[in-house]
Amino acid sequence: MNTTLNDPMDELAPTTSSEPATEKTERFVKPVAPVEIPETASLSVDAATKVCTRNLDFYYGNNQVLFDVSLDIPEKSVTALIGPSGCGKSTFLRTLNRMNDIIEGTRHTGEVLLEGTDIYASEIDVVLLRKRVGMVFQKSTPFPKSIFENIAYGPKVAGLRNKARLAEIVEASLKRAALWDEVKDRLQDSAMALSGGQQQRLCIARTLATNPDVILMDEPASALDPASTARVEDLIFELRKNYTIVIVTHNMQQAARVSQQTAFFFQGILVETGVTKELFTNPVEKQTEDYITGRFG
Amino acid sequence: MKLSSDNPFKKETELATDTQIEAVIAPTGSLQRSASLVRVKEGFIRTILLACAGVSILTTIGIIFVLFSNAVYDVAPDRIGADGKVKPNEAFFQIVSPVEFLTETRWTPQYAEKHFGILPLVCGTLMISGIAAMIGIPVGLCSAVYLSEYATPRARSIIKPVLEVLAGIPTVVYGYFALVFVTPYLLKPLIQDVLGFDVGVFNAASAGIVVGIMIIPMISSLSEDVLRSVPRSLREAAYALGSTRFDVSTKVVVPAALSGIIASFLLAIARAIGETMAVTIAAGQTAVVTGNPFESVATMTSYIVNVSLGDTELGSIEEKSIYAVGLTLFMMTLAMNIISQFVLRRFREVYN
Repeated sequence: MNTTLNDPMDELAPTTSSEPATEKTERFVKPVAPVEIPETASLSVDAATKVCTRNLDFYYGNNQVLFDVSLDIPEKSVTALIGPSGCGKSTFLRTLNRMNDIIEGTRHTGEVLLEGTDIYASEIDVVLLRKRVGMVFQKSTPFPKSIFENIAYGPKVAGLRNKARLAEIVEASLKRAALWDEVKDRLQDSAMALSGGQQQRLCIARTLATNPDVILMDEPASALDPASTARVEDLIFELRKNYTIVIVTHNMQQAARVSQQTAFFFQGILVETGVTKELFTNPVEKQTEDYITGRFG
Repeated sequence: MKLSSDNPFKKETELATDTQIEAVIAPTGSLQRSASLVRVKEGFIRTILLACAGVSILTTIGIIFVLFSNAVYDVAPDRIGADGKVKPNEAFFQIVSPVEFLTETRWTPQYAEKHFGILPLVCGTLMISGIAAMIGIPVGLCSAVYLSEYATPRARSIIKPVLEVLAGIPTVVYGYFALVFVTPYLLKPLIQDVLGFDVGVFNAASAGIVVGIMIIPMISSLSEDVLRSVPRSLREAAYALGSTRFDVSTKVVVPAALSGIIASFLLAIARAIGETMAVTIAAGQTAVVTGNPFESVATMTSYIVNVSLGDTELGSIEEKSIYAVGLTLFMMTLAMNIISQFVLRRFREVYN
């Protein structure tokens, strides 16, 4: 955790034990935002919608985990999905590139539209879809191959064989993921030898190499130390200029720092969505307020 | 403890529970060991279990001792014959030089002119193991990839037990199958009638084919285990980069599990080298150094069977030769096992 941040729990804890009870109660219910909201946490109003879902229900077997979710994700911005564990935010994220297809017994109703096209339509090639909608996972997952081979994997499975072109893509992707300077002299070394933070940036670079429009991130920094987290956040912040990013996070400070739009999920329902700054300072729903002030979750 | 005053029943039950808990967790008696029947019983169980674990170790040591004392150096005291002369007990390599054993190309212990070159037997063994590997490895690996990456749970639940049945068929049945089906109905029509090569009644190819089928379940089940142990996150990452199922299988999962897969190959080849009954039935008894898989060959195992079942005189050089062959066989399979253990151990380090 970055030291400049307020921990939401600090707001709730009494500063001294002799503090009068009334004041404690007062502090407890005051609807203050426990997080610093940067000026970037807002959205230009004219941003076009890149991805949207319409009345999306999702089931694992007979267990419904998403209920009637309709969300618009604006292009070239970061949308943060927040909510307590098990609220369906990761499942929602995984519906956007049909990652749930590889799990047995899942089904959905409703629509997921990428630039107006239903990605679950029968004529959609899921392999091509995932090239356009890339994904970065919570646990960094470098392949047990060299750094170069990791980045070149996506273009190679897409059929690119030209070595010079592959080298160009590897360099550009690593530069964009702010990893090039650290690894340029050891591209042939195993990616497993990189540090945790470097591995995660490698995974981001690997996703960039397939040249996606949309990048989905499932708690990309939750397993990293504070310094690596800061670097990954800086990177996400930078990437939003060129990509549409959807990020699941448990960390509300992170959501506030990197996102322009925030969606709050609770028990499979999209409770509230709005411009990050608005949602954190002036939530409409009581549940949202309780969650962002650290009352539960 | 919070007691509700308006519910006397609840109060009582809670109190009762509390008393019970006290009774259970209250410290009791001394900590001294009781010199009772319990300790004797524990010691007895321990001894029985240790003895069971020791059986296989002692057997291995015993086998190695017998092989060495008959093949390398006989430790038994010299015998005095009926004529009063000292008859030394000699092991195989005290009579035949190891150099001849390893370099001579004829193996004729049962003929008048005896030659003891292991090469024809090693050649026969390697040819059959090679054919078996060419069949068993690709088919076994492909079934493992199918079971681990492609099969639906329902298909898996049918195919896996069937493969296990294949592993349970007695090897003598495989040998018979090679002799009465593979050679006359597969090799003769295809190789002899179409391609024009002579196919013997006994031949290395038919034995190799059935041994190959025999090792398929072993390769597929061991390889499937290592394929499935590749973390799911790695597969998801590959899918998220726009991979087809085939890309994920061949470019990510199989390479990640490669050392485990190779270990399964080595174990299966060790099994093929040691395979006896099918080979004895199907491959014949001609100890020759040959590259033709359609003629009869002898393997190390089939030679041992042949001598053991024949009317070989105890203490004769033929009888001793099987220990030297057995030792060679043991060394080969042991080497394969050690290499595969080594390869497997390196695999485990990657994901732990």
